[in-house]
Amino acid sequence: MSNTLGAQQARTDVEVALVANRLRHDIISMLAEAGSGHPGGSLSAADIMATLFFANVLSYNPDDPNDPDRDRFILCKGHAAPALYAVLAEIGYIPREELATLRKLGSRLQGHPDCHCAPGIEVSTGSLGQGLSIASGLALAFKQDAAHAGEDAPAKRVYALTGDGELQEGQNWEAFMFAAHRGLDNLCAVIDLNNLQIDGHVTDVCSLGDLCGKLKAFGWHVVEVNGHSIPELRAAFAEAAETTGAPTAVVAHTVKGKGVSFMEDACNWHGNAPSAEQAAQALAELDEAQAALAAACKEA
Amino acid sequence: MAKATRAAFGETLTKLVEEGVDVVAVDADLAGSTTTGKFAEAYPDRMVDVGIAEQNMIGVAAGLSLAGRTAFTGSFAVFGTGRCWEQIRNTVCDSNLNVKVCPTHSGITVGPDGATHQMLEDIALMRVLPNMRVLVPADYAAACAAIRLAAATPGPFYVRLGRAVVPEVYDEGFTCELAFANVLREGADVAIMACGVEVAEALKAADLLAQDGISAEVVDVMSVKPLDEKTIVASAVKCGRVVTVEEHSVYGGMGSAVAELLSEKHPVPVTRIGMTTFGTSGEPDELLAYFGLDAAGIARRVRETLGK
Repeated sequence: MSNTLGAQQARTDVEVALVANRLRHDIISMLAEAGSGHPGGSLSAADIMATLFFANVLSYNPDDPNDPDRDRFILCKGHAAPALYAVLAEIGYIPREELATLRKLGSRLQGHPDCHCAPGIEVSTGSLGQGLSIASGLALAFKQDAAHAGEDAPAKRVYALTGDGELQEGQNWEAFMFAAHRGLDNLCAVIDLNNLQIDGHVTDVCSLGDLCGKLKAFGWHVVEVNGHSIPELRAAFAEAAETTGAPTAVVAHTVKGKGVSFMEDACNWHGNAPSAEQAAQALAELDEAQAALAAACKEA
Repeated sequence: MAKATRAAFGETLTKLVEEGVDVVAVDADLAGSTTTGKFAEAYPDRMVDVGIAEQNMIGVAAGLSLAGRTAFTGSFAVFGTGRCWEQIRNTVCDSNLNVKVCPTHSGITVGPDGATHQMLEDIALMRVLPNMRVLVPADYAAACAAIRLAAATPGPFYVRLGRAVVPEVYDEGFTCELAFANVLREGADVAIMACGVEVAEALKAADLLAQDGISAEVVDVMSVKPLDEKTIVASAVKCGRVVTVEEHSVYGGMGSAVAELLSEKHPVPVTRIGMTTFGTSGEPDELLAYFGLDAAGIARRVRETLGK
């Protein structure tokens, strides 16, 4: 995987984990300030987002969010907007202080991502089930562009991050079918499989059953990983980039609320913001984790 | 030669590509009926058939537009606006994408397929959406113009196309701008404001009314959103009474849009002719007569409203 746009730092796995920790820190801080929002699914996606954006997976230009040659990232699970906003601040597309305006009147940072407000948001999302179709249309266009260019240059890639509860929406399966039929090997869907939705565990509300088997049956190349392991995620994205003839689904097993003990695997933290006290406790835990990672970084 | 408005779809897209416009079509297994199949014959790479999956059709069109294409979507109006309304709202309109929703088979003139396939609520569904513009062309030439206008104007459009052959109202090569309404016949006693297939019926109704000494103005309200406020208000001022006609529900359609405008700008009595029930099977002409949407039915209602 090469990153051809702008200058991105080469980071070790621990350094990427440190970025993920920082994203979590920002997620908790901005949600506590906002007083509403979705911590659980933002925290579960933090390592995936950190790997996509800060481990040289996505090609983008840190100096120009609209660089026409950039790869595209579609946040299908739009309620994880805080994770995306934290990424935009980390890149420098928006000032970090602006994160405190989340969900407030006049802010560029709506409760769900709005593409007209802040740079780096490709399309408005938040209504579940629509992102994968959009990503498929983009991937098809990029494949056609590459074919017409007649060069050896590979097509720009498209990454779509969906939830697992979100896959109950039928439109996803229309898109899974379509992307495989069209052989969109420049498309990678990451499924944040935290097994929680608003009404409970996905396996209790309406189970996805054998998700990997279903995706394979739909014609996708499937890679199953621990969604909190940076090296596993890195390897999965490398495998996706090398896979030809079929789109790749990275089925990432995650823990909803990951990184904050009292939020982990608790469905009441899907759409509730922490109080000031809870946020302080959460940030203390993240600081502790950060210190451990920093020490590991130093040792390495 | 009279043609259906749907015939304009594939033909105009083909011409646009020949003229260098980067248009693509996304359809949902109805390429033969919507005429995007003709476009696909000329430009196979520019036509994406997603199969019977209208929600994905809108999403894929959205993705293609994000990659710089001007994307036109097909299917039948009931599926191409109804099944995927929320996709049009949240993906296309909220992001203000260059997606043109152009399904065919709107209204009761779909004919024998019956109620489930006769879309009577599409204008209402589309016109409430921010950023969406709504065009209802009266004939083939107007449909060509509407598709060209949609292609040339950035952002979401809904162009309402039909299955049945409709009489010619405009000459070939007709062009129009956004917010277009057109006084096709001058009158003094009543202004009949029509859109789509009802424009030709309204013109015939005006002939019938003339025989009774009633002078009816006929206005083609092709652009339901944005409305040509100036033309519509001027006609209302001049005639003092308005009758609207559409093969669409009277709730939320063109008639509602005109009534909303006039209630704010120049209140006059408005009678809305349209559908209040589901349709049924029959030939297009039979259905227009059955539901009082043919020239005779319109003339009858106009006489009633005038107390004549």
